[in-house]
Amino acid sequence: MASLWRYILAGLGLAALLAGILAVVYLTAPRSPQSAGPDVSRTKQTDNGLFVASLEPERGVVRQGELQSWRLTLKTKAGAPVEGAAIAISGGMPQHNHGLPTSPQASDYLGDGRYRIEGLKFTMSGWWQLHFAISATAGSDTVLFNVVL
Amino acid sequence: MTRLSRLVALILLAMSAGCGKPDFSDSDKRTIASLALNTLPALKPDTTNRFADVPAAAALGSTLFFDQGMSGDGTVSCSTCHKIDRQFQDDLPQAVGVGRTNRRTMALAGVARDPWFFWDGRRDSLWAQALAPLENPLEQAGNRTAFARYIKARFGERYERIFGPLPDFAGLPLNASPLGTDAEKAAWNSMSDAQRDAINSVFANIGKAIAAFERSIEPAQTRFDRFALDLATGAEPKGDAIFSEQEILGLKLFIGKGNCVTCHSGPRFTDNSFHNTGVPPAAGLPPDRGRIDAVAQVLGDPFNCFGAFRDGDAGACGELRFMVKDSPELIRAYKTPSLRGAATRPPYMHAGQFSSLDEVVGHYAKASPSVEGASELHPLDLSDRERAALVAFLQTLSQ
Repeated sequence: MASLWRYILAGLGLAALLAGILAVVYLTAPRSPQSAGPDVSRTKQTDNGLFVASLEPERGVVRQGELQSWRLTLKTKAGAPVEGAAIAISGGMPQHNHGLPTSPQASDYLGDGRYRIEGLKFTMSGWWQLHFAISATAGSDTVLFNVVL
Repeated sequence: MTRLSRLVALILLAMSAGCGKPDFSDSDKRTIASLALNTLPALKPDTTNRFADVPAAAALGSTLFFDQGMSGDGTVSCSTCHKIDRQFQDDLPQAVGVGRTNRRTMALAGVARDPWFFWDGRRDSLWAQALAPLENPLEQAGNRTAFARYIKARFGERYERIFGPLPDFAGLPLNASPLGTDAEKAAWNSMSDAQRDAINSVFANIGKAIAAFERSIEPAQTRFDRFALDLATGAEPKGDAIFSEQEILGLKLFIGKGNCVTCHSGPRFTDNSFHNTGVPPAAGLPPDRGRIDAVAQVLGDPFNCFGAFRDGDAGACGELRFMVKDSPELIRAYKTPSLRGAATRPPYMHAGQFSSLDEVVGHYAKASPSVEGASELHPLDLSDRERAALVAFLQTLSQ
């Protein structure tokens, strides 16, 4: 019986050792950019709460190095589409101190508060910011989206 | 307790067994795979040049590319600087045509995939690019009316089979161009709109034929690509696909601490964009402000994508339409060159400022400020061993 207890004790000891090693590995491993990165939600309230803005790539996926069209959808807080908005786009990569490699434009109104944003290009992987200045009859507001490639 | 300690020792040994060889994280592996040549997509059609994939046009373009008759004094061709046995470059700090230019000749592998041409992107298509040296007094130093006449005299039948009838040259000046000498400009201005348009069409077609030929110049597989393919598939590397410890360290620095892959990304090792990296001006050359001065040139080029000589629709003109026109970041910004084959073609940078890769790596580590505008670089703390490793890795892109 004594030897059985010894084995149980040894098993417990090993389990504790493993848990300890795993804890050390886990705690010292660099955190993945997803967990430490910026808020990448695609629907946001604008900075002063005037609108709810949603941003999505027109073809569903974000591709690096190609000109792409995205769609910005603007609604009021009550959910009504925002029509006739003037939209200016800027942005860049905060970690590299540079702006966007292209000058994207809101080129088309697609109805139901949806605007086509043409000419976006992400030339490198990493953290990008897209800043939209929106001006409509309800007033002017801004919103910032983060895109991580 | 001896049995227990043996068991512990065995388990620890088993756990450490996987740590023997240098390992890449999953994210590193994805980055390395994204640089390998097998991820290079098929060359897209160029709808602005309907002759881009016409074999007879490429054949004529090849003839023109190597023909010294395509110059004002009959001594310079495209291949004078874009040497076929030297990665289509000339090993000189600044190209020498009829005169000495102020820029390094760019290698041509994969050039048809570029959205912008020249170091500063002052042209927006491969065919429009091919026209600029023809009339540059320091390069081929010709004029478009003389080129059109030369095409008729030497290659008239070949030209007409591809592009249709050449214009009637009766009454046209021998030498005329909007960009030439005062006499050539005056001769150009004396021509009717229809005559100018006819000559411009022949001139554009010369560019389209040369571009059709240049589309065949593509990057070749290297030791790095074989290494990357084995890493991606989990195959055991054999022969020259095995990387030395130094090359592996160099690769890790390239995609990690060195931040090289930030701009030198994708299978061509370029983001096709323009950056100020604080490269100093070359002594004795006129002021050079890079991309910022190219904006007006590409917008003013009658052969750009918005112009009358484009084939297809304006949907192909996105790069020009959404071009950044006035950001301070364009000051002394130059194109990110591909690094494939770079190790065997010094000197480096837009005016051949650095004579070795070691100097290049040293420049990026030091990150000196730009003489004008702001450099995007941050200083790097690289040891001599790390600098040598980066150079060793870059050499695998030339082997």
